[in-house]
Amino acid sequence: MVARASDSRDTGPAVAAGDRWRWFRRQAFWLVAPALLLLVVCLGLPLAIVTLRSFSEPQWGWQNYAWFFGTPVNLTVLQRTFVISAWVTLACVIAGYPYAYVMTVVGPKMRLVLILCVLVPFWVSGVVRTLAWVILLQDSGVINSVIRGIGLGPVKLIRTQTGVVIGMAQVLLPFMILPLYSVMKAIDLRLLQAARSLGASPARAFAQVYLPLSLPGVYAGAIIVFILALGFYITPALLGGPRSTMLSTLIQNQVLSLLNWGRGGAMGVVLLIATFVLLALAAPLSRQPHKTGSKRQ
Amino acid sequence: MASPSTRGAAIDLRSVSKHYGSFIALDEVSLRIEPGEFMTLLGPSGSGKTTTLNIIAGFTEVSSGSLDVGGKSVIGVPAHKRNIGVVFQHYALFPHMTVSRNVAYPLTLRGIANPGREARVHKALDMVKMTDFGHRFPSELSGGQQQRVALARAIVFDPPLLLMDEPLGALDKKLREWLQLEIKRIHRELGTTFVYVTHDQEEALVLSNRIAVFNQGRIEQVGTGRQLYDEPETLFVAKFVGDSTILRGAPSTSGDETAIDIAGRKVTTAKRLPGGAKPAMLLRPEKLSLVRRGKGGQDQNILPGRIGEAIYLGSGSKYEVVLADTSKAIVRSTLDAETFAIGDEVDLIFAGSDVKLLADDEKADLNQT
Repeated sequence: MVARASDSRDTGPAVAAGDRWRWFRRQAFWLVAPALLLLVVCLGLPLAIVTLRSFSEPQWGWQNYAWFFGTPVNLTVLQRTFVISAWVTLACVIAGYPYAYVMTVVGPKMRLVLILCVLVPFWVSGVVRTLAWVILLQDSGVINSVIRGIGLGPVKLIRTQTGVVIGMAQVLLPFMILPLYSVMKAIDLRLLQAARSLGASPARAFAQVYLPLSLPGVYAGAIIVFILALGFYITPALLGGPRSTMLSTLIQNQVLSLLNWGRGGAMGVVLLIATFVLLALAAPLSRQPHKTGSKRQ
Repeated sequence: MASPSTRGAAIDLRSVSKHYGSFIALDEVSLRIEPGEFMTLLGPSGSGKTTTLNIIAGFTEVSSGSLDVGGKSVIGVPAHKRNIGVVFQHYALFPHMTVSRNVAYPLTLRGIANPGREARVHKALDMVKMTDFGHRFPSELSGGQQQRVALARAIVFDPPLLLMDEPLGALDKKLREWLQLEIKRIHRELGTTFVYVTHDQEEALVLSNRIAVFNQGRIEQVGTGRQLYDEPETLFVAKFVGDSTILRGAPSTSGDETAIDIAGRKVTTAKRLPGGAKPAMLLRPEKLSLVRRGKGGQDQNILPGRIGEAIYLGSGSKYEVVLADTSKAIVRSTLDAETFAIGDEVDLIFAGSDVKLLADDEKADLNQT
C-alpha cells in the first residue's frame, strides 16, 4: 500500500486512507473523554467553587486574602510548609538516588525484591504507616532507645519538624525512586567505561557523565515529591506539633472546625499559586539541551 | 607532535589467560605487537579477541599471565591511568556534551587549558573531517559521523596506543569501506600503534600490517594478510581468511606424494604433511579452473562436479561447484573465461603443486560465523 500510495497515477486509495486516518483521529478524541469528564467534575469544578467562595464569603471582595496576608502566623506556616517540603525532597533525593542506582545494576531477581521493597509500603495506608512512625519516633520508642543506647540521646523526634520530615520522606520515597529508576535504567553504563578509557577516575566519570545524565530523573522525582509534600495532611498532623503545623492543617482547621470556607479557600488558592510560581522558576533547570543518554542508538 | 617512529607503544602479552568460572575465555595467549603497527585481532564471536582488547584497555583483569605496554607492566593499573585511546562499536559519545566538549573531555581531564585545548580539539576534528560539527550534539549526527567524532576523542590526547573494538560494525557497507581507508590514513599520519578487533576478514586484510586469528580463546596464527592467505597453518585460518575449497577423503601416501580419494577419484600432490596427522587439501579459488565435462587435460587433477551457484561479480564470476562427495568447491574465473550456468556438468582442474596440505581438524568446523 505504501508503494501504491506514493504513485501519482493511483492517488485514489491514498486519499481514502488519509481521510480514514483523519476520521479515526477525530473519533480517538472520545477515548480521552471519560478521563476528561472525571477531571472536570472532580477537580476543575471543586477548584472553581473553592476559588469562588474565597472571594464571595462572607461577602464579595478580597477580605479573605487580606486576612491571610495580614496574619503573621499564616505567613509563618506558609513559609514553613515550603521549608519542610524542601527538606523532605532533599531527604528523598539522598535516600532514593543510591537506591535507584542499585536497582539498575543488580540482577533481575534482586531488582524485583528492591521494587517490592519500594512498593509494599505503598500498598499500606498512609495513616497506618504514620501511626507506625508515631510508635517508632516517640520519646520511649525504638529509635530513641537505640540513640540512647549508643550514648547520643535522648533526641526529641515526635512532635518536631524533624519527625515530620522523616515520616513524610518515608511515605513519599517511592515517588522519587520510580522516576529516578526509569531514567537511570536508560543510561548506557558503557559510557562510564568510555570515560575511564579517556582518563576519568571512577569518581569523575560518575560526576561528569552519570550524574548529569541522571538529573532529569532527579528533577522529575523532586517535583512530584515536593508538590505532594506541600499538600500533605495526615503525616504532619499526627507526627507534628504546634511548631511544625503545615498549611493543610490550617486549612482543615478553617474549613472543618470554624466552617469558614472563604478563608480556607483563600489559603488553598495561595498555596496553589505559590506552587505554580515555584514550578515556573524551576522549569529552566530541568530543560536539557540534548536527547537522553539512551542505550538505543 | 613527535616523529612517527617514536610515538607508538609496543604491546607484549605473555601467556595471558582469562577464566570466568569454569569458562576459559582466553587460554595462554602470547602476542607481541610492534610500535606503530596496525594489528588486527580477527575471529568469530566468542573467540577471545574482544577479551584480549578489554585486557589491554584495562576493563578486564587477567587471570594469569603478563601484559606490558610500552615496555612497562600494566597489570593492576586501572583503565584511567593507562593513557590508551579506545573506540567502541557503540560510539559511546557523551549525549549531554557537544561534539567539541566530547573531544575536549580527555584534555580537560589532563588539565590542559585553553587556548591549547581548543587548538588540539580542532586538529583532531580536522583529522576526521568533522570540524564543522563542533557545536552539534551526538544525537544530531549520523552513525558514521558519531564514530568519526569518537575516533577524534580517542586520538586527541595523543595516546601511544589506540584500541578499536569493531568500530565499523554498526555501519553500512559503503560507509564502512570509506571509513576503513580513513582509519588507514589516520594510522599512517599518527604513527600510533593500532589494535583493531573485527570478525570481518576483508576488513582485516584492508587495514592491517599483521593479523592475529583467534579461535576458541587461542591464537591460531599471526601473520600478514598474504601469509594467512597463502600459507595458512591451520584449517581454521584457511577457512576464515579468504574463500577456500577443502578436499577431504581417505588419504594415502607413497614416498613424497599424498593422495586423497574423493568418491572414487584420486587427486594427488607431491607434498607430504609432517607428522602423522590426517591430511586435508586446501585450494584457493584462483588456483582452480573449470572446463565442460570431458574437456580437461591429462597431467592434472580432475574432479567431476556440477555448478551449484553462479555469481556474477563484475570483474569476473564466482562459482560454487558441488563435487561427487557433495562437498563444495569455490572457483573464481576472470571475465574472458568461459561462463557456466547453474546445473552445468563440469570438471574441476588443478595442479598438484597448488595444493596446500593441512592437518584435518574438527575444531575448524566449529564456531563459523
